[in-house]
Amino acid sequence: MVGSPEGQADLILRRTVRFLDERSGSAPLLLKALRYLFPDHWSFLLGEVALYAFIVLVGTGVYLTLFFEPSLAKTVYQGAYAPLHGVQMSDAYKSAVDLSFEVKAGLLMRQTHHWAADVFVVAIVIHLMRVFFTGAFRRPRELTYLIGLLMLFITFLEGYLGYSMVDDLLSGMGLAIGYSVAMAIPVIGANLALLIWGAPFPGDPAFESRMYVAHVFILPIVIGLMIGLHLALVALRHHTQFRGGRQSERILVGVPSFPGQTPRSLGLMLAVSSILFLLGGLVQINPIWLWGPYEVGMSTNGAQPDWYLGWLIGGMRLVPHFDVTIGDYTIVPNPFWGGALFPLVVLVVLAAWPWAERRLTGDYRLHNLLDRPRDAPLRTGLGAGFLSWVFLVFISGSADRMTVLFGLPYEHLLKAFTVAVLVVPFFAFLVVWRSCVELGRTDVVEHEREAAEAEARAAEA
Amino acid sequence: MRTRHLLALAIGFGLFAGGVAYAQPPSGIVRPTDERGMSPLELGAQLFAGNCASCHGSDGAGVISPAQAGAGDVQGRGPPLRGVGAQAADFYLRTGYMPLDNAHEQPTRRRVQLTAPERRALVAYVASLAPGPGIPRPHPERGSVPEGMGLFTEHCAGCHQVVARGGVVSGARVPPLTKSSAVEIAEAVRIGPYVMPTFTKRAISDDELDSIIAYVQSVRRPPSAGGWGIGYVGPVPEGMVAWLIAGVALVIACAMIGTRLRG
Amino acid sequence: MRRFLNWVIGLAVLIGTLGRRRRRREPEEERIVPPGSASPRAEAVVILLLLTAAACAIAFIVVYAMDGLTDQTQLLGLTLGLSLGSLAAALIVFARRLIVTEEIAEEYPEPAHPDDQDALVEVVRESGDRLTRKRLLGTAAGAAGGALGLALLTPVASLGPALETGTFYRTPWVPGRRLVDDKGRPLSADDIEISDFYTAYPEGADPDQVPAPVVVVRLAPSQLELPPERSRWAPEGILAYSKICTHAGCAISLYRSPLFDPVQPGPALVCPCHYSTFNPASGGAVVFGPAGRPLPQLPLTIDPRRELRAGGNFSGPVGPSWWGVRKGKPT
Repeated sequence: MVGSPEGQADLILRRTVRFLDERSGSAPLLLKALRYLFPDHWSFLLGEVALYAFIVLVGTGVYLTLFFEPSLAKTVYQGAYAPLHGVQMSDAYKSAVDLSFEVKAGLLMRQTHHWAADVFVVAIVIHLMRVFFTGAFRRPRELTYLIGLLMLFITFLEGYLGYSMVDDLLSGMGLAIGYSVAMAIPVIGANLALLIWGAPFPGDPAFESRMYVAHVFILPIVIGLMIGLHLALVALRHHTQFRGGRQSERILVGVPSFPGQTPRSLGLMLAVSSILFLLGGLVQINPIWLWGPYEVGMSTNGAQPDWYLGWLIGGMRLVPHFDVTIGDYTIVPNPFWGGALFPLVVLVVLAAWPWAERRLTGDYRLHNLLDRPRDAPLRTGLGAGFLSWVFLVFISGSADRMTVLFGLPYEHLLKAFTVAVLVVPFFAFLVVWRSCVELGRTDVVEHEREAAEAEARAAEA
Repeated sequence: MRTRHLLALAIGFGLFAGGVAYAQPPSGIVRPTDERGMSPLELGAQLFAGNCASCHGSDGAGVISPAQAGAGDVQGRGPPLRGVGAQAADFYLRTGYMPLDNAHEQPTRRRVQLTAPERRALVAYVASLAPGPGIPRPHPERGSVPEGMGLFTEHCAGCHQVVARGGVVSGARVPPLTKSSAVEIAEAVRIGPYVMPTFTKRAISDDELDSIIAYVQSVRRPPSAGGWGIGYVGPVPEGMVAWLIAGVALVIACAMIGTRLRG
Repeated sequence: MRRFLNWVIGLAVLIGTLGRRRRRREPEEERIVPPGSASPRAEAVVILLLLTAAACAIAFIVVYAMDGLTDQTQLLGLTLGLSLGSLAAALIVFARRLIVTEEIAEEYPEPAHPDDQDALVEVVRESGDRLTRKRLLGTAAGAAGGALGLALLTPVASLGPALETGTFYRTPWVPGRRLVDDKGRPLSADDIEISDFYTAYPEGADPDQVPAPVVVVRLAPSQLELPPERSRWAPEGILAYSKICTHAGCAISLYRSPLFDPVQPGPALVCPCHYSTFNPASGGAVVFGPAGRPLPQLPLTIDPRRELRAGGNFSGPVGPSWWGVRKGKPT
């Protein structure tokens, strides 16, 4: 028996485990980790999807840093892409064009990296919606929730810096807008903008390096640490679960991480990577060679930020034209409302929600069980209203492309959106809230009917 | 007959009638009965009288104030055409911008209802009203695409979008240029139709115009080394792909791996 | 060589024997992972998918090595994506069919540990026994920490001239400075007709700064409704405005210029970012969109050679607003 393949494998396994345990004492920890239970529901995998997108981002990102030149020094292009011959551009832009046309697999890496960024935020938002509408943020998981929210907003900045480093026409326009939002912050805005940019726009050449260091080093470390903390908190308090079967507030039912969950998680990681690399090769994203290099005096119609900042352009386009002044002092320049206050309000409302909900419902208890959205009509209704508000502002930001596609005059679309943004959220709240209440009543009736039938059967027996 | 059958018949008739109506051209061209016997200028004059004079005046003098009546019953308004030359007439007729049903509407590209000889006749007539610029003859093959890109970005991209996919200006739509011919582009640049600014030869020389046209032609199907171009307008379609393709695929992947809620 | 082969076989069997009933075990011995039935069909599918993944990965390497391939990026993405996808599918089939998906119940961890909490508090409290002036020490520590924190942050101020907001008023336009195009050629008043749309820069200055680019247009003098103090700013109806939008700093590259005034919208300078619309006839007043300030106008003069020159500085600071934008004049 000792000589057979099975016996040999067993021996190797035992030897490996003994080696590890004697040198680190980690057998109990490993056993705990291997048999850690994951409540099994498909919607619990969405956070993992975001994590794997982040891993792809880091992997492709490292590759890109080996080629990208974060310098605004001017050069004249004479490379492989003929339509840009003789055009003056920065080294940063040129290195991105070279990555796209002269580095083998360079364009694949660039596009996969950019798709991964867009999809990373998509995954976080869907995950956030799952967490919100099932009440997973409740005690004792408020901290996990806050860390996740902060990560979302830091990711917005990280992505913005990433595509702005390339110094193309579209992202350069976006930086001008970012600069004006910074300037619009009351009292300290102008000073802050001078500090960050190092000089009035377009700023000191060092600003390019600042974006680079923040995007390549500082923010990835911050996000990485926050992911670690987020996952540690999830593991320490264990994952929430839906009602049903043996599950209760005290009893957790799940699939152990080994052997059950491991191939699933690995499979999901590979599926995410597969989708991202397929997109990166097959669907073009940010074709900077078509936009051309950025100049302060140039602009193009149809310029937009990446999708996760679209809500800000919507906000900035909807706000009517006024600066708030007191005497000669311009206290609140216009871009502040749509570009800074709007996202701040969204962040604060979302962050304060766990505590607000406690006050509203009077429920201060600890929860390990999740609600189905219909079980929490107030939360689901208010969430639907809030989401519809943000969503309407978001799509109003591309109303001009609706004009191009459908021929509807832009001014009329803007008026319609202005009204919708103020009115639709209330209706969304009412409709969703009532629907949840009604669904809840149906559940109660169902329950009573089943109980009555069971009683009747018992009486007959 | 039962109500059901009557209803079905009514709907069927409505669809048929609607279909027939839809198949008709939006408004007819008024043509002289015997075109073949006429010289181009005669034909042009007749076509002008029947289709253009109501807004542009019977001798192309224009109809400026609403109190003035154009020829015929139609109360239209239109700029004077004396001196616009063959260039403008050719542009507006070849693109279908004219005839325009409503003077207050923005002209858009439409199916041209004139035959080619009719169009040439009308152009010759308008050109004969007073001396004006002739139809330009651009040579994009002599132009330089890189130079054209720079010029297009500087002069045109603000309205037409950097790869000519069209856009918006307050109060008007800006058409894409993906269907525009070299002659149409050359004409439009010099004319400045509707609310488009004009660019004289001193602003954009004929050589520079050749480069601009070469560039516009090169971005009809822009170089797409990255794959499916999804419209070449940037982040809006990219966001849609991220949600509707990647997002959906990922949710499906999760659903295949995880389990459903046990009831 | 033999030992190495044994290792490889051993590892392969190790993976292969997961979940399979171990023949060596005693039947009554308690298992941790429950047994499950074999599924050779699923195994075959997994093996097939693994081999597909391998083939696609090799295809990726081959495509990479080839030169002069059109659509190379698409082929690279397809091969790599399919390789990863096949591997993903293999793992998912493996997870669903070849290992036992256990459903185990256990208790959630303790919601809190009151005893340890008490002990923690006690440790900290008892450690402070030797201190007599806790308040004073605390305040002093706060002062030290706060000041030191501030000191460590102070070098951040070197990032930029944070206090020199006077720089926002500076422009390269001085009286008499010629307007030139992007190639340095001076603009002539005779070249500018009604409905034309030009971009111009100050001669000899860096064109890539916010106060540099201007738009030059011409209106019929009868159409002008400029403020009285600017009545001489538009010689022969030629107007110049800053090209940088006062809302968020984008270049104003749209000019609406009607061919036929009676039925078409009037002249307007429009920004493509948020569609702020400025009226050139009335001194750059905002007529649509979110801009909070009118577009700064540059006074023009026509020199004896008919070339356009600046007649002074802008009517107001250029670019996006900040707290002092209405407090000073451009210099």
